[in-house]
Amino acid sequence: MSESTVDILPELKQIVGSLLFAAKEPLTIKRMRKAMIETGNGFGGPYEQYAKATDQQIEGALEQLQEDLEQAKVGLGVAKVAGAYRLQNDATCGPFVRALLEKNQTMRLSKPALETLAIVAYRQPCLRSEIEEVRGVSVDAVLRKLIDMQLVRVVRRSELPGRPWLFGTTRKFLEHFGINTIDDLPGSQELKRARPVDEKKQSTETFPEMEAELGQQNSAAAATEAESAAALDEEIQQEES
Amino acid sequence: MDLLKEDYKVVLEVFEGPLDLLLYLIKKDEVDIYDIPIGRITDQYMEYLKLMQVLDLNIAGDFIVMSATLMLLKSHMLLPVEERKEMDEEDEEDPRWDLVRQLVEYKKFKDAADHLEDLEVHMENVFSRESEHVELGAAPEVDLRDASIFDLISSLNDALGRVQEEDLQEIFAEEYTVGQKVSYIVENLKVVKRLSITDLFTGMRSRQEIICTFLAVLELIKLNRIAAVQDAHFGHIVVEPREPEENPSAESGAIEGALL
Repeated sequence: MSESTVDILPELKQIVGSLLFAAKEPLTIKRMRKAMIETGNGFGGPYEQYAKATDQQIEGALEQLQEDLEQAKVGLGVAKVAGAYRLQNDATCGPFVRALLEKNQTMRLSKPALETLAIVAYRQPCLRSEIEEVRGVSVDAVLRKLIDMQLVRVVRRSELPGRPWLFGTTRKFLEHFGINTIDDLPGSQELKRARPVDEKKQSTETFPEMEAELGQQNSAAAATEAESAAALDEEIQQEES
Repeated sequence: MDLLKEDYKVVLEVFEGPLDLLLYLIKKDEVDIYDIPIGRITDQYMEYLKLMQVLDLNIAGDFIVMSATLMLLKSHMLLPVEERKEMDEEDEEDPRWDLVRQLVEYKKFKDAADHLEDLEVHMENVFSRESEHVELGAAPEVDLRDASIFDLISSLNDALGRVQEEDLQEIFAEEYTVGQKVSYIVENLKVVKRLSITDLFTGMRSRQEIICTFLAVLELIKLNRIAAVQDAHFGHIVVEPREPEENPSAESGAIEGALL
C-alpha cells in the first residue's frame, strides 16, 4: 500500500463523501480531519496537503457535497445530527426504504410524552416540578418512560431541599428527532426563559414577582446552564477522540 | 415502552390535564386568552367535569384543583374592584393573570411538542447507515463515565440476542450459579484491569449462564467491588475493580457464601 498508483488526487469534497459512506456511524469533523492527517503522514508526498485541511475547509467541503447531492437528486444527503455528519436518504424516498427494511410499523410518541419532552428539551436541566407546573398534571409515569427510552436522562441532583433530580435530553433525543443541537429547535431562546412574552396586557412590574416565584425553582437550573453546555461540548469531544 | 395507548384511557376527546381542557374551551369559544370570561369558562369546565363523571372517567386530582382555582377566580371577579384591591394590596394585578400565564406557557410548549411530532414523522422516513457490528480490540482509552442500569440491561439484551434458541425439552440441573460467576469476575479482574461486558459474555452459550453473569456484575456493583463504566453514551461498557478493599479474599468468600 506504500506506493500509490493514484495520479489524480481527490478533492476534499470527495474525501469527506467517501468517509461518510464508509463510516457506520455519524462522523465529526475532527474524526474526518484525523483520518486526513493520518493519510497525509502515512503516504507523504502530495497527500501531505490533506493533513493541513482545516475544520472550516472540511465543513465547507461537506456543505458543497450536500449541495451537489441535492442538485444531482441522487436520493441522498448530508445531515448534521447531534454534532456529527452522516449520509442519509431523502425523506421523500422514505416509504421505499421503509418497505425494504421492513420498518413500516414505527412507534410514535404520545402527546403527553412529546409535551413532556418539549419542556425538558427547552428548560433543561429542569426539575420534575417545573414540568408539572407547565403541564398542570403529574408527569411521573411519562418521565420514567422517557428515561427508559433513553430520550431523557438524569443530569444530576439540584441543590434545592430534598435534592431533587434535574433532567435533560440525551444524544438519542437529538438523533430521534434528527436535530443537531437543542438550539435548532424553533423559539428555543424564547422558551428557555421562564417568562411569558406578553407586553400588551401586563405592566412589567409583574415580572419580578413571577421571576421570584419561578426563580426559586429555576435558580439552580439557570446557574448551571452554562456549565452543562460546557459539559455537552466535552462529551462530544470525548466521543470524537 | 408503548407510550401510545397506555396514557389514553378513553377514545373521546381526551384532555391530558386541566390546562388542556381549558385551552380547548377557550379555543372553542374563541375568547381572548388574555381576557378570559371566567364565569362562562368555569361553568363550561364544571359541565365537562360532570360529563366525565357520568362517563365514569377517572378524574385526576389535578382537574379538581383547577376547578377550585376557577371558583376562586370567579368569586374574585365578582367582587367590586375597590374591595378586590383591598384584599390583595400588594399585587393589584388581574387575579386571572397567574392562570393566563400558565395557559400561555402551556400553549407554547404544546406547539413545541407539535413541532417535535412533525420532526418525528419526518425522521421516520430518514435512514442512515447504522452500525450493528461489534468493534474488536480494546476499548478506547478515554475518560470513562458510569454506565447506567439501562446501558447494562441493553448489553444483557445484546448478549441474550446472540444466544441461539435453546431446545427446551429437558430440565437440567443448574450448571451455573451467581456466586460462581462472582468469583470468576473477581479472579479475572485480578489479572486484567478491565473487562469489557461484551467480552464477558462472549462464548457463553446458554441464557442461564449469561443471566448469572449479569446478576454477578450487578451484585458486584452493588457491593461496590467493581464499577461499570463506559466511554460514551451507548458506548461499550467496561467493568473494572474499585479501590482494593482491606480484606478482599475473605470478603469475596463471604459474597459467595451469601449467594450460594
